[in-house]
Amino acid sequence: MTKGKEGQPQPGVLDEKEKELRDSFLLQVKNIPGGESIKKCIQCGTCTATCPVSYTMDITPREIIALFRAKEIDTILSSRTIWICASCYSCTVRCPQGVKVTDIIYSLKRLAIENEIYPKKFPVYALSNSFVWFVNRLGLSYEPGLILSYCLKTNPFKLFGMFPMFIKLALKGRIGFFPKKIKNTKNLSKILKEAEILENIIPMQES
Amino acid sequence: MKYSYYPGCSLEASAKGYDESVHYVFNKLGHELNEIDDWNCCGATYYMATKETISLVISARNLAKAEKKGWDIIAPCSSCYTILYKTNHILKNNRILREKVNQALRKVGLEYNLSVQVRHPLEVLVNDVGIETIASKAKKTLEGLKIAQYYGCQIVRPERGLDDKDNPRMMDDLCKALGAENVYFPMKTRCCGGMLMTTYPDVGLGLNKKLLECAEENNANLIVTTCPLCQINLEAYQNKINKKFETNFRMPVLFFTQIIGLALGGSPQDLGLHRSLIPFDLGEIKRKELR
Repeated sequence: MTKGKEGQPQPGVLDEKEKELRDSFLLQVKNIPGGESIKKCIQCGTCTATCPVSYTMDITPREIIALFRAKEIDTILSSRTIWICASCYSCTVRCPQGVKVTDIIYSLKRLAIENEIYPKKFPVYALSNSFVWFVNRLGLSYEPGLILSYCLKTNPFKLFGMFPMFIKLALKGRIGFFPKKIKNTKNLSKILKEAEILENIIPMQES
Repeated sequence: MKYSYYPGCSLEASAKGYDESVHYVFNKLGHELNEIDDWNCCGATYYMATKETISLVISARNLAKAEKKGWDIIAPCSSCYTILYKTNHILKNNRILREKVNQALRKVGLEYNLSVQVRHPLEVLVNDVGIETIASKAKKTLEGLKIAQYYGCQIVRPERGLDDKDNPRMMDDLCKALGAENVYFPMKTRCCGGMLMTTYPDVGLGLNKKLLECAEENNANLIVTTCPLCQINLEAYQNKINKKFETNFRMPVLFFTQIIGLALGGSPQDLGLHRSLIPFDLGEIKRKELR
């Protein structure tokens, strides 16, 4: 919220950053089929109750919508919540009002990454970024590389803990040691380049 | 019948047993799986967490390629299935995103016209082939197996009419028709945590411990699942769970196609059972033969 004179919050007035985030968020929500159902949230808390990981979240799913209504998007994006969501869709199927909670959280993830807002010491987004890096170049994911780069960015000691399991899986032929590529990586690059340009185009009119 | 086949990245490596058993089962039942030419990664949950249009585009490239043949796509990995299905759904409902995606695909001569259906092998086996047909072709009985049927989340949620979201019964009915017993397993659709096992191991281990506990309490001797990530979470981390929670789990976790394949007479090698980390005792199945 904007602070007026003497640091008093001014209700109904958004600062530039908050307004920008809010607009981007609303645009993304419009793209979700059924996204406008967010307006119907009655704050019943069923989403939080059914969520298998809400016990470890700092802001619960219900609170996310409440905070959004209170114009505190920045707070939401700095929480751990959106990164702990396992995308299991339990909240979405149980919501009595049909709010697409999981897809809303995906929108928040994208917004946070775009604006580089992360909770402190919280590198979960690094996994997504590593994944995207590999897929863009190979067209396929490369799990050993992914885990390696993620651990190096967050906590290299984790690698030691994973080693025994890595060996066990490798002996059963369940590790793809070498990265694989699709045949037509050139075509993929062309598509990605065009998609990148289109990603940032916001259409002026509704369909 | 002919289908387009989308293995996804995990079926080529960590869930190779799933790939092998899906092929075995479909071939045995007389149906053809044709791998989509030069398919690419569906993007999984990670890409969707970063860029919306781009993730739809890479997912739609597979749909556009499959459209050329016109067959339904079978995607065994629950996560790939959800992503491809979601892409299809979003593009059907959002003209602007559809235009953007096609504009990008046209750069390489592809286009997606929304005519492909994305399906999961479980649903295909039950609806297209039929439980009775599969049971009639069984060479061995699954009697003696007490199975905890674990569907996980991606296959029943968000709702797509595949099965009941709270108490799905497709795998239960199929295995029962093949002679197995399904134990009471209220956590059949509870999330295993997915990638949380890597990003938030404490939370991931806790969720899987609850699932294993529920299966054990109800006297299951096997957990059967549909998703590669669930399978790895439940199977490969039992040692870590035992250490952290002072439990004693040693529960085999298999893919449903491996079990069906066994009933159809497949050998452990055919079905990728030699890749399991926790060996499954085939004693019961070996001995009994159907008349």
